[in-house]
Amino acid sequence: MLLLALDTATPAVTVALHDGRDVIASSSQVDARRHGELLLPAIDRVLAEAGRGLDAVTGIVAGIGPGPYTGLRVGLMTAETFGLALGVPVHGVCTLDGLACATDLEGPFVVATDARRKEVYWARYADSRTRVTDPAVDRPADIAEQVAGLPAVGAGALLYPDTFPEAHEPEHVSAAALARLAAERLAAGEELPAPRPLYLRRPDAQVPKNYKVVTPK
Amino acid sequence: MADSRDEPLVLGIETSCDETGVGIVRGTTLLADAVASSVDEHARFGGVVPEVASRAHLEAMVPTIDRALKEAGVSARDLDGIAVTAGPGLAGALLVGVSAAKAYAYALGKPLYGVNHLASHICVDQLEHGALPEPTMALLVSGGHSSLLLSSDITSDVRPMGATIDDAAGEAFDKIARVLNLGFPGGPVIDRYAREGDPDAIAFPRGLTGPRDPAYDFSFSGLKTAVARWIEAKRAAGEEVPVRDVAASFQEAVVDVLTRKAVRACKDEGVDHLMIGGGVAANSRLRALAQERCEAAGIRLRVPRPKLCTDNGAMVAALGAEMVARNRTASSWDLPADSSLPVTEPHVPGDHGHDHVHEVSKENLYS
Ligand SMILES: [Zn+2]
Repeated sequence: MLLLALDTATPAVTVALHDGRDVIASSSQVDARRHGELLLPAIDRVLAEAGRGLDAVTGIVAGIGPGPYTGLRVGLMTAETFGLALGVPVHGVCTLDGLACATDLEGPFVVATDARRKEVYWARYADSRTRVTDPAVDRPADIAEQVAGLPAVGAGALLYPDTFPEAHEPEHVSAAALARLAAERLAAGEELPAPRPLYLRRPDAQVPKNYKVVTPK
Repeated sequence: MADSRDEPLVLGIETSCDETGVGIVRGTTLLADAVASSVDEHARFGGVVPEVASRAHLEAMVPTIDRALKEAGVSARDLDGIAVTAGPGLAGALLVGVSAAKAYAYALGKPLYGVNHLASHICVDQLEHGALPEPTMALLVSGGHSSLLLSSDITSDVRPMGATIDDAAGEAFDKIARVLNLGFPGGPVIDRYAREGDPDAIAFPRGLTGPRDPAYDFSFSGLKTAVARWIEAKRAAGEEVPVRDVAASFQEAVVDVLTRKAVRACKDEGVDHLMIGGGVAANSRLRALAQERCEAAGIRLRVPRPKLCTDNGAMVAALGAEMVARNRTASSWDLPADSSLPVTEPHVPGDHGHDHVHEVSKENLYS
């Protein structure tokens, strides 16, 4: 087994290769504005580091968010197209689950990432492998009661200490954690979902003024 | 070329607006033109909603690639390159296509060509009428562009002669259709009503046609306002709006200016070929008047069939095939989606000195 995992649902552009036993190479860069430019060179680097070609990959694992849409789509489109070209399965894993899996917390906790617009994407966990609520998007103040007294991880928790006084690392998801989680679940015979994006918000249905006007300069 | 099998086999991906296009060409021969459109999802908003378009691109991409390969009857392994619209267009929409093209090219071990959407609109005519004459004058008119371009080599030299200073021609059609309650998109429906109307019924203004105005630039904002005012005045007076005459007179004002300026640019530059592309090139009156005026001026008119005029993947593949044929440098794996890619850059080569500022501030990748 050789899994290529990637996630672009948070400001991190993160890639990892997992051989069924362990992560054999990985890369993480934090740059919220350049997902599209950074992802493929990162994949190329990770494969080179492991001395493997993309054709050796037996499955793709993609973080399906929730996450800000434009960046999220870069990873999902890349994963889906690899799947088409290579004829290998593409597995979706919730990005929040990847973050949860990277914690060493024992009891219940919360994962919260930055949803921008003063909101967080979040879910509650019983432990690092068990999510107990569906991923949601909310204003921190509105969920204060539901997360009170729980430790929290993720950039969304670190951003809003009033709601998440017990916030700590990891800040962003790593593809290494995502790959470990997917490898575990596949080994346990679990079906992983298709790589469909978790947007959690309706599109802003607004036609920009002068849409698509592309005047040569 | 003696054997068409020697010509480059290229797959092209287009996602600059609301069409997910995947085309396959061999040299100047069209093999497949698969398009999935999200236009119906935008209709109730009266224009293209970027996020709706981007979501639709992600869903449609893999099935559309599959469809194009089946239609062409070729195997992805046999491709000589993957071309993709790198810009200009909607940033988030472009990024979906660029991500797909990179992943596809990388996985198949093929070179990647990030190409210019406008140059692609010109190059598509090779699939209809054979190799582009050099030079060619091109009039591109759609909901997004109204440009007059001169190209002596579609892979390396595209010169802007003029462009709209406000609305695109297609946008004016959409807006007038909205004022007349005819729905979205406006182009086809205005064309239909105009056929039964009198183009001389109402004298609407011809923008930027004064002696001191720029010779090749366009303006449709004043026309749009004039038409809207005229309609509102009729309504305010309790009179019925003669929809067919308004459509015909408005359309005539648009195509009169477009063709007049295009023919003038050909004459001034000594160019004897004019190509018209973009969605508005499907307009029947534009085609007829351009034909008439080109004939009178001794200019050969080339207009591809309507399906090749609107946004599609075949046009991107056509330009990509030309890049391969002329040995142009492929793009690198960090190719950006560039919403404001200048028309003067027909493609984005890997060792590029690409120094204009990318438009990330308005619609950045993390929003
Ligand atoms: Zn176009």
